[in-house]
Amino acid sequence: MATAYDNATRTSDLEHEGIVPVIAVENVYKSFASHKVLNGINLRVNRGETLAVLGRSGTGKSVLLRLIIRLETLDSGSVCIHGQDIAGLPLDHMGKVRMKMGFLFQHAALYDSLTVAENIAFPLEHHRRDISRSERMDRVRQLLAEVGMEGDLNKMPSDISGGMQKRVGLARALALEPEILLLDEPTAGLDPISSGEIDNLILKLQRERKMASVVVTHDLHSARTIANHLALLDQGKVVIEGKFEKLQQSDIEFVKEFLK
Amino acid sequence: MSDRGLTAAAAIRPPLPEPQAIGISSLLSSAKRRFSHFFEWFGSLGVFSWQVLKAAITPPYEWRELIRQFDEVGSRSLPLVALAGAAIGIVISLEARYSLSRFGAKSMFPATLVYSVIQVMGPVITGLVVSGRVGAGIGAELASMKVTEQIDAIEASAINPYRLLAATRVLACILMLPLLTLAADACALLTGWFAQALVEQLSFRQFVESGFRGATFNAFLPPTFKTAVYGLIIGIIACFQGMRTRGGAAGVGRAATNSVVLASLFLILADVVLVKFILVFFP
Repeated sequence: MATAYDNATRTSDLEHEGIVPVIAVENVYKSFASHKVLNGINLRVNRGETLAVLGRSGTGKSVLLRLIIRLETLDSGSVCIHGQDIAGLPLDHMGKVRMKMGFLFQHAALYDSLTVAENIAFPLEHHRRDISRSERMDRVRQLLAEVGMEGDLNKMPSDISGGMQKRVGLARALALEPEILLLDEPTAGLDPISSGEIDNLILKLQRERKMASVVVTHDLHSARTIANHLALLDQGKVVIEGKFEKLQQSDIEFVKEFLK
Repeated sequence: MSDRGLTAAAAIRPPLPEPQAIGISSLLSSAKRRFSHFFEWFGSLGVFSWQVLKAAITPPYEWRELIRQFDEVGSRSLPLVALAGAAIGIVISLEARYSLSRFGAKSMFPATLVYSVIQVMGPVITGLVVSGRVGAGIGAELASMKVTEQIDAIEASAINPYRLLAATRVLACILMLPLLTLAADACALLTGWFAQALVEQLSFRQFVESGFRGATFNAFLPPTFKTAVYGLIIGIIACFQGMRTRGGAAGVGRAATNSVVLASLFLILADVVLVKFILVFFP
């Protein structure tokens, strides 16, 4: 297919530039029982880049994100983080890789028995035992200020809106200062104003922190705003990958239909 | 329709498979499926138990969560266990008084009460009460965390959920069950004595001296400490059922129910083995 993502060209470009991609997804296959979800996916994300993964519901976008952080195991292929294949890593080693990653779940997945502040402090308590309680609380306040929720420290997740939960989820994902940010539908179910705020927040964080990010979304406007390049999935395959303009100029019927 | 017509219709219609053959093959395939599910469940339970064991013995240790679980499993179960123990003490006292009087063995009342409470009823009642309260609680809590992706969020934060969620709960169950059993035993003996003292002269000192006369550690310690195995069963099964849940609110309900039913069932089955074990090794 002429317009399909040409992985070989891209890999050789990167080799010429001497860049090892932060995330490299190579020929990944994943099925659930007899249902094939991912059917030979190839994607690469470098430092400071944001890749938006688009596609219809059920095309395996969230599964792809879960494979990158190994919440699911792949059937074949490889997922490399900083050049290291994570498929066979023991759990403790995988923990070290995960510490470099922040994950925002589609429904935020906040711990419902903990307050907003405790949710954000949770990864710090487990991985930064060297810092004092007051330092930890300072860090929590700083993260909440970054996502514009400094006044909601002691609220429970059930007492805040969906958009606010996403902000808290984002603050928690950033707690360990990750090099990789994985965002699963960050603007899904939000009103346009809240979506815009989340998009601006993600853009601001990327500018400041230069993370490699993968954003799974249905929201074309959001994808266009926050991503350097986009990948469109259909039936478990990448149909097209590139800048938004490349997608706009594509002759592929599915791409045209999707952009409508 | 004429005879010829009937014959022609029978010739066109494809022959029906024998009903008996359909019944047997579907029965066989259903049995095969259930059989494989049965072994699959035990296999998964074995893998899960191994993960929990590894997480429990390797640092870092989750002390804060463990202490929270001591409170959840121990302190919060205490009133219920004490009440159940008290009720059992009265029931045994009433039954024993009647039966012993019939056989002219009323003087055996204190020993009968002490031995039946400490060796049999106390451990089993405590196990079943904790299985109901704690088993359902752990099953529902972890299942709810699973379906709302909170367990995935823990894993994504580079925290081992087997260590944080399962190992702490299993350890709390193992360590708290013997202590709760002691509390249930004490309540049962107190109410048993009190029920007897209401109908005839029996001081508490007389009751204790007579009940524990000739008693050895072997008679009382193994039955109490076998409840640590009950704790292991309750903790492992409830965590396993909770952490493998799928399917929303219905899945949470199923996990809670299955946790209680399976933990209680395995607890009673384990008791058969443990009683024999104690009789052989602690005669």
